Amino acid sequence: MMREAASTGRVRRIPLLAVVTGTLVLGFLVVAVIGPWIAPYPAGGIVTAQLFGPMTAAHPLGTDYLGRDMLSRILVGARYSIGVALPATLGASFAGTSLGMLAASRRGMLDLLLSRWMDMIITFPSLIFSMVAVAAFGSSVTVLVLSAAIIYTPGCYRIMRAIAVDIEAADFVRAARARGEKSLEIMFGEILPNMIVPLLTDFGLRFVFVVLLLANLSFLGLGIQPPLADWGGLVRENIQGLNVGALALIAPAAAVALLTITVNLLIDNLPRR
Amino acid sequence: MARPVLFRAPPAWYIILRLVGARIWMSLVLLLGVSVIVFAGTALLPGDVAQMILGQGATPEVVNALREQLHLNDPGWLRYLHWLGGLPTFDFGDSLVNGVPVAEMISGRLGNSLLLAAFTSALTVPTALLVGITAAVWRDSLYDRVLNVLTIATVSLPQFLIATLAVLVLAVHLHWLPALSYRVDISSPMAAVRIFTLPVLTLAFGIFAQMARMTRAVLINTLDDSYIWMAILKGVRPVRLVLHHALPNALGPVANAVALSLSFLLGGVVIVETIFGYPGLAKLMVDAVSTRDMPLIQGCTMIFCTGYLVLVLIADVIAILANPRLRR
Repeated sequence: MMREAASTGRVRRIPLLAVVTGTLVLGFLVVAVIGPWIAPYPAGGIVTAQLFGPMTAAHPLGTDYLGRDMLSRILVGARYSIGVALPATLGASFAGTSLGMLAASRRGMLDLLLSRWMDMIITFPSLIFSMVAVAAFGSSVTVLVLSAAIIYTPGCYRIMRAIAVDIEAADFVRAARARGEKSLEIMFGEILPNMIVPLLTDFGLRFVFVVLLLANLSFLGLGIQPPLADWGGLVRENIQGLNVGALALIAPAAAVALLTITVNLLIDNLPRR
Repeated sequence: MARPVLFRAPPAWYIILRLVGARIWMSLVLLLGVSVIVFAGTALLPGDVAQMILGQGATPEVVNALREQLHLNDPGWLRYLHWLGGLPTFDFGDSLVNGVPVAEMISGRLGNSLLLAAFTSALTVPTALLVGITAAVWRDSLYDRVLNVLTIATVSLPQFLIATLAVLVLAVHLHWLPALSYRVDISSPMAAVRIFTLPVLTLAFGIFAQMARMTRAVLINTLDDSYIWMAILKGVRPVRLVLHHALPNALGPVANAVALSLSFLLGGVVIVETIFGYPGLAKLMVDAVSTRDMPLIQGCTMIFCTGYLVLVLIADVIAILANPRLRR
């Protein structure tokens, strides 16, 4: 019935801001994949003698502390920033949603245990949690992805569990149960389709958190290890440039900000159903 | 004619005490769980701590003697209980790097971090509450929409960007403030301002808009209640409406929103203390991670998690005390 109501309504227009930000996000993803091929210079190559160079035609984002082209380094760094954040967010979102739905449909002891476990994890400030993980297991992409996924699962779990509990109580779920649908059918056929919009919104928000977490870790020197550098790592490398107001320091930080603001604006302007 | 009393409601103070007690009890249970995770994650790893302390040149006998001394030959659960037993007296063991008791290293640093957090809270909480409340009253005004955009910006911007921009403008270009805050000097107000302005501004920037926005959200929830409409129809003036009718009932959720925003300080201080070289607990933790000084990491982590639980506990207690049904 809900579906019919939606299709008989006027053709919904997608807000302009959603189109613009959506395109930008897509652009970020494309750069993450093809970054090294569109970079004007090799990311690791020293191309000029000028350290902390300003904006020029040859180097649109200046040069870094060794005289490397910043634009190329940022284009290549995109894959480490986005490439680690994306699987981590997918992991957190998948685990949070499926455990949340499971807790909502089973309730009882399982629900209680899962919820208390999540309460315990959420007690850790995210940066502290990842720092402990890096201290214990060393810094590798696997540790970064897993620690970020684990620490952001509880937030997703709580929201998705609450939504699933609400939907469980709806008439169409009771009708499905009366019809004799099995609990898995109800989960994927009735409940999940009604969670898509909050799920996507939560995914975007959590992606922003994970990007910031990983950038902060790299900024502290605990994330992606040199010679590879994600955007947080690029800020760290060029921190001595602070006194000369170097572009090499601001540009990668601005890249992180542009990505996170774009994603935030996108989820803020998504059409609601 | 006296009727026999079949059921007498317990007095309000008793109910409050029982609810608060239950919350404290639950926080302690969570803290116990956290201690298991922290210990299991950091202390039960393969790899020989004794060998690490003594270096590769040490003879097996010496290494084994140290293992005995550090209880490393005991089974994991026994070592955990041993470590747990020390926690209530802040005995986190000795640092692996310099042998100094972790409690000693932490004590001075914790005070510095708390000072930073206190200044930030003193700056943000009153202003954010004011902005949040006014934004709720003037809902959908230009003012409200500006706050919304500002919130998106501040939760999206990485803290190192805010910090570096603040340093660029206030320290490098204007020469108003030093870029680093190595020493905690509060001997004179001027010295304190010089040390604390940049770190506090950076921290406050990250949480202010969020706190205001969450305050706005919970107050709007209350303002939509029917008793508020009743008050409006009765002709209550707006200021009185907010302060006497809406706010007392929104106090619990507002306290929750403030506590949740303040909990972001716990992660935020890590970046801010590192950038400004501020000698706080978070800086100590960063250094401990790079030297893999496990007892120090365990101690710092337990304190950070306790900080979160205390914040949430305070908010819960305020919510219980503010519950009008218990205010008799």
